[in-house]
Amino acid sequence: MSRLANKFAELKASGRKALIPFITAGDPYPEFTVPLLHQMVAAGADLIELGVPFSDPMADGPVIQRASERALAHKVGLRKVLSMVMEFRKTDQTTPLVLMGYLNPIEMMGYEDFANAAQRADVDGVLTVDLPPEEAESCVALLRERGIDQIFLLAPNSDAERIRKMDAVGSGYLYYVSLKGVTGAGHLDTGDVKEKLALIRANTALPVGVGFGVKDAETAKTVADLADGVVVGSALISKVEASLDDPEQARRDIITLLKSMRSAMDS
Amino acid sequence: MTDKYDMPDARGHFGPYGGIFVAETLMPAITELNEAYQRYLVDPEFIAELDADLRDYVGRPSPLYHAQRWSKHLGGAQIYLKREDLNHTGAHKVNNTVGQALLAKRMGKTRIIAETGAGQHGVATATVAARLGLECVVYMGAVDVARQALNVYRMKLLGATVVAVESGSKTLKDALNEALRDWVTNIDNTFYIIGTVAGPHPYPAMVRDFQAVIGREAKQQCVDQAGRLPDALVACVGGGSNAIGLFYPFIEDKSVKMYGVEAAGDGVETGRHSAPLCAGRPGVLHGNRTYLMADDDGEIIETHSISAGLDYPGVGPEHAWLKDTGRAQYVNITDDEALEGFHALTRMEGIIPALESSHALAYTMKLAPTLRKDQIIIVNLSGRGDKDMHTIMQREGISL
Repeated sequence: MSRLANKFAELKASGRKALIPFITAGDPYPEFTVPLLHQMVAAGADLIELGVPFSDPMADGPVIQRASERALAHKVGLRKVLSMVMEFRKTDQTTPLVLMGYLNPIEMMGYEDFANAAQRADVDGVLTVDLPPEEAESCVALLRERGIDQIFLLAPNSDAERIRKMDAVGSGYLYYVSLKGVTGAGHLDTGDVKEKLALIRANTALPVGVGFGVKDAETAKTVADLADGVVVGSALISKVEASLDDPEQARRDIITLLKSMRSAMDS
Repeated sequence: MTDKYDMPDARGHFGPYGGIFVAETLMPAITELNEAYQRYLVDPEFIAELDADLRDYVGRPSPLYHAQRWSKHLGGAQIYLKREDLNHTGAHKVNNTVGQALLAKRMGKTRIIAETGAGQHGVATATVAARLGLECVVYMGAVDVARQALNVYRMKLLGATVVAVESGSKTLKDALNEALRDWVTNIDNTFYIIGTVAGPHPYPAMVRDFQAVIGREAKQQCVDQAGRLPDALVACVGGGSNAIGLFYPFIEDKSVKMYGVEAAGDGVETGRHSAPLCAGRPGVLHGNRTYLMADDDGEIIETHSISAGLDYPGVGPEHAWLKDTGRAQYVNITDDEALEGFHALTRMEGIIPALESSHALAYTMKLAPTLRKDQIIIVNLSGRGDKDMHTIMQREGISL
């Protein structure tokens, strides 16, 4: 069983939901990231989505775009992110880690070289925003051979057929993007999410994480009541942006926010 | 000798290129668009309406003009210019926007968005949106807004909202990113009119099909005027829509050589250029797999060209396929050479070309003398140069 499947099974057994923070690797500077990963685990993160900076983040709103730009200013690309994962694994061999980003860096490295490098770094999952299942076969096969899950996104306008397709090709978990738009936009409509999750669950047995619109302890709690996992990204990265002159303050703010989410979700 | 050419396949692949690489929220919209496009492409009523618009609104057919004085001066092949500069709005872009706008109307969309580089596609989109009474938002890199102020004003006059994009390199690729973000947010009522043969399937095939009127006319006109097919076609390639429009109807005519001319900027060897086919490598950007300008980490590299319309790090996937198969050849022309082409045509034939088209003209100046006087080159004069007066004056240190 993969580390991701294990984690979700373990959470289910204990009646808890996954807290899944997303941060952009290398933001605001490269050495900031690995210690933050450990601190997020200590604050209650069950698994982590680590953003691979990309020059053209088409599905991201301004907050994550700027995080990418800050990281790229320090030349943090896919190779550097893989080395961060390796460093993280020196002292944490249990927390699942998912790389999230866009396809071109993986294309340029080559699917097989990437799959090998991800295996060496001990990555658990890969979520590629602009790789729909129709184009994913060869990449998924190479990752699966190496025990790495490919995570797929579901959108508010994904129908039952689409959900079954993701179920067939994806593994680990599915990530439900709760609103039409880019990251960091809008607010969560609980009724809509509830309705959609019913359709998703009717068509897949994979765990479902929900993201987009999770801003604070309250929204985290609301989502946790419906889904298997709660993804929070832009709200964390906003803390980095708010304290660019004092990154240590940003670090404290991120941990405080995660802790408040954790306790709300567990209450 | 002809081999049948029927690219792309059902999922939009030109060999390894093309395809659909987008975020999940866009998939239903792309499926809906593809169904509409497949249906109306063969619908006689749609085709009749499109043909009428192309004739009465755009002003088609555009002339094929034998540039006799310039041909004689260069001392080689006979040069014929396909006069897309004479279209309404001054470039080939309108062939496609008229077509996509009719589709948008059929699909019941009330809002149009577009990206633009030089502003020609933005103007052509704002134009058809005004005509159909549709809301129109055009995304344009902040750098391009500054260097193409005249076109920005034209779009505003036409009632469009022009959004200056401040992210990334603030040029065409960033405008495309922002348009995709808008589309994903407003997917229910919005039609995204992409201006070139890039993007996810069906855009590369659809834009090609709307632009192929250029090549169909040119073929007939060449036969009518010269009694035979041309020996070579020359067109500039940024995203590659005017080039595909000219090339496509000739692909099965193997005797016709095809030359796509990329922007070499300061020179391909300097790294400051916009020539992914000549100096890039395959990757995935903006919904399709194609040749790109990217670094070892897969980050997209900033491009350089005097011509805003060619300043793009990718290229249509069908060009990638035509390059790999050897059916078309891709060459490049520097900023300085393009300016020579610009002045040559202006002074020899009394036609002021766009800087984009000037790249094709500059290559023609190299090619024509290598051919016999009874051979024929058709050059796609994709746009007129009015929009570039400011850029050229600045570059050449001229003040009035």
